[in-house]
Amino acid sequence: MQDDMSWQSLQSELERLAYIASDELAMALHLSMTLGRPLLLEGAAGVGKTEVAKALAQLQSSKLIRLQCYEGLDASTAIYEWNYQRQLLSVRAASDRDLSIDEVEAHIFSDKYLLKRPLLEAITQDDPPVLLIDEVDRADEEFEAYLLELLSDFQISIPEMGTIHATSRPLVVLTSNGTRDLSDALRRRCLYSFVDYPDKSTEMAILRKREPDIDARLATQIVGFVQALRKEDLEKKPGVAEMLDWAAALSGMGVVDITNDPTVMQASLVCLLKTQADKAQIPVEVTQRLAGKLV
Amino acid sequence: MQGFMAHLRTNGLRVGPDEFRHSMKALETIDVLKPDDVRLACKAICASKAETYTQFDDLFDAYWMNGGYEKFNIHKQPDQPGSTPRKSISQEMDDAGSGNGLGDPDEADDESSDESSQQGEGKLTGSRIRNINKVDLREMMTPEALARAEQLAKDLAASMRDRRSRRRRASQQGTALNMRKIMRASIATGGDPIHLFKQRRPERPVNIVALLDVSGSMMVYSRVFLAFLKGLVSAEQRTEAYLFHTSLMQVSDVMRDSDTLRAINRLSLMAQGFGGGTRIGASLDLFNQQYAAKSVNGRSVVIIFSDGFDTDPPELIGKALKRLRKRGCRIIWLNPLKGWKDYAPVAQGMSAALPYLDLFAAANTLDSLAALEPHLVKL
Repeated sequence: MQDDMSWQSLQSELERLAYIASDELAMALHLSMTLGRPLLLEGAAGVGKTEVAKALAQLQSSKLIRLQCYEGLDASTAIYEWNYQRQLLSVRAASDRDLSIDEVEAHIFSDKYLLKRPLLEAITQDDPPVLLIDEVDRADEEFEAYLLELLSDFQISIPEMGTIHATSRPLVVLTSNGTRDLSDALRRRCLYSFVDYPDKSTEMAILRKREPDIDARLATQIVGFVQALRKEDLEKKPGVAEMLDWAAALSGMGVVDITNDPTVMQASLVCLLKTQADKAQIPVEVTQRLAGKLV
Repeated sequence: MQGFMAHLRTNGLRVGPDEFRHSMKALETIDVLKPDDVRLACKAICASKAETYTQFDDLFDAYWMNGGYEKFNIHKQPDQPGSTPRKSISQEMDDAGSGNGLGDPDEADDESSDESSQQGEGKLTGSRIRNINKVDLREMMTPEALARAEQLAKDLAASMRDRRSRRRRASQQGTALNMRKIMRASIATGGDPIHLFKQRRPERPVNIVALLDVSGSMMVYSRVFLAFLKGLVSAEQRTEAYLFHTSLMQVSDVMRDSDTLRAINRLSLMAQGFGGGTRIGASLDLFNQQYAAKSVNGRSVVIIFSDGFDTDPPELIGKALKRLRKRGCRIIWLNPLKGWKDYAPVAQGMSAALPYLDLFAAANTLDSLAALEPHLVKL
C-alpha cells in the first residue's frame, strides 16, 4: 500500500474491509503509518480495538503478529528465548572436538539457537508486518520497560549477541482496556486514540457491513436496543462484538421483529449480558420497556 | 504551532519537543487548510490519555478559533486536580466556597478562596473545642501521638506488603532452574551443568487503597486517622487515599506533603468544608465507577475507615462492596465504634457490609490499630 494515501481514503479502504473507523481513528492510523510511530488505542472492551489491527493487516496484505499480554509476561515469552536443549547437545558435541571456549560460545549463542517470540519475530521480517500488542495494561510495569526500547528504536538487545536492528519497521498497534494506568514513558512513544462506543449511525453502518443480509427494520431495532442498553447501569456494557453476536443470533433464529416474542427476546439476551448481576438488572419488564421505545 | 504547544502545556498536556516535531511532520502529510484535519492530527499526537483526549477539541478551538487564552482558566482546574498540594486544596476550598452563591467564578476567584479559608479556620476552632471534650482523643492530638500513628501505619503497611509475583528472578534458594545461567556456566565445564542456578518468584508489594470517612460522626477521629493514612501513603508510592462524606475525593497527592502537620491541617480543612452527613454507599459506588478500575486489582487491599452510619439505604453499601470485591481485592473495615464495650454492628449499613469484609476490626485507640498487624499479615 502506498504511504501517501490520505486519511479519508484510508478510512474508505477500511470500510471496504468491513471496518468502520471514526474520523479520529482513521487520522491516527494514517499518521501512525506515515510517521512510523506506534499507535495506542484505549477504550472499553468490545469496541473493536483488536479488529483495527486485523483490518490493517488485511489492508496491507501483510502478516499480523499478535502478542497477548498477561500478568507475569516476561522477556522469554515475549521477545526471545534460547533453545537450551539444543545448546546443551551442541556444547557436548563441541567438547569432543577440542574447540576453544570462545568458539563454543559464539556457536551456541548464534541465530540458530535463538527462539524468536512475537516481538523479535516482528522486527526480523522481510516485509513490514502489523504487530498487535493486545491488552498491554494486563502486563506488569516491568514488561512496559521491555517495550520501550522496541517502540522507540525498533531494536532489541540480546546480551549474548548484541543489538538486533529491525530489518523492516512493523506497524505497531497497542490496545489497552484501562485496567491499569500505563506509564507516561510508554504513552509518550505512541500516538493515541480513544475508541468509544459507536454512535447510532456508525453502529448501524457496522451492522450492515458485517451482516448484510439482515432485515433493515430488525437492524434498526437491534442497534436502538443495544444503544439504549448501554445507558443502563451495567457492570459490563455490551460492545460492538456483542451486538454483532446478538444480531447473528436473532437472524439465525428467524426473528423479524424483536417486540414479537418477549420470551425469545429475553433468552437471546445471553449474547449481550455477560454477568449474573447484569442479567438480574435487566428483567423482562426492562427489556420490554427498552424495546417498546424503539417502535 | 509553537504557541499552540505552549498552550497545551499550560493546560496540563504533556507535550515536548518530540510531539512538536511529529506534529510538524504530520502537518506535511495532510491538508493544512482544513482545520478539522489539523485538529484530528494534533489530537492523535498530543493527547495521550482518555481525559486529555476528550478535552482536546475544546483546547484546540480555544486556541485557534477564539484567538487564544480565553478558556485558559476553565480548563486548568479540571486538568490537573492534584498536581501540587496547594492547588488542589485551594480548589477544594473553592468548591466549598461556591456554595455561597458567588456569582462569576472567574472574577470572584481570589475573593472566594479568601472567604473559604476564613470559613475553614472558623470550623477548625470549632472542631478543636469539640475534641477537647473527648478526653481520650485529646491525648492523641499531640504531635508525638500523631507521629506514632504515622509510624504505626508504616509498620502495618510493611507487614501487608509482600505477596508473591508471577515473575521469576535469579535466586539462591529458588525452586525452578535458571536454564540461561546454567547454560552459560556449563560451557566452561565442557557442557556438563555442574553449577545449578535457580530462580524463584520475587515478592511483590500489594497496593493499599484507603478510604476514610470524614463525616460529622467521624470528625473526632479524623485527625488521627489522617495521620495514619499519611503513614500508609508515604510508606509506598502506589498507595492511594480517598476521603469521603457525601462525596468522594482523592487525596493521595496532598498526603505526600513532606510536612506531616501541615498536610494534616490542610486535610482537616478540606474535610471540614463538608462534615455533616455521610453517604457511604454512594461514595463507594462512585469509587467503583471512577477509580476502582485503575487502582484496585487482585493485589489490592482496600481499607475503609468508617463508623458505618449512613444516610443512604443500607443495601447500597452491600451492593457497592459486592461489586468491589469482584475485582479480587481484600476489604478491611476499621470501625472506631467496635472498640467500645458491648458494641454490636447495629448500624444498618454496617450489618449490610459485614458479609463482604475480610476483616472487621476496632480502631478507636492506637493500640487497637497496632493489634491489627497479625491479622493483616494473614490476609
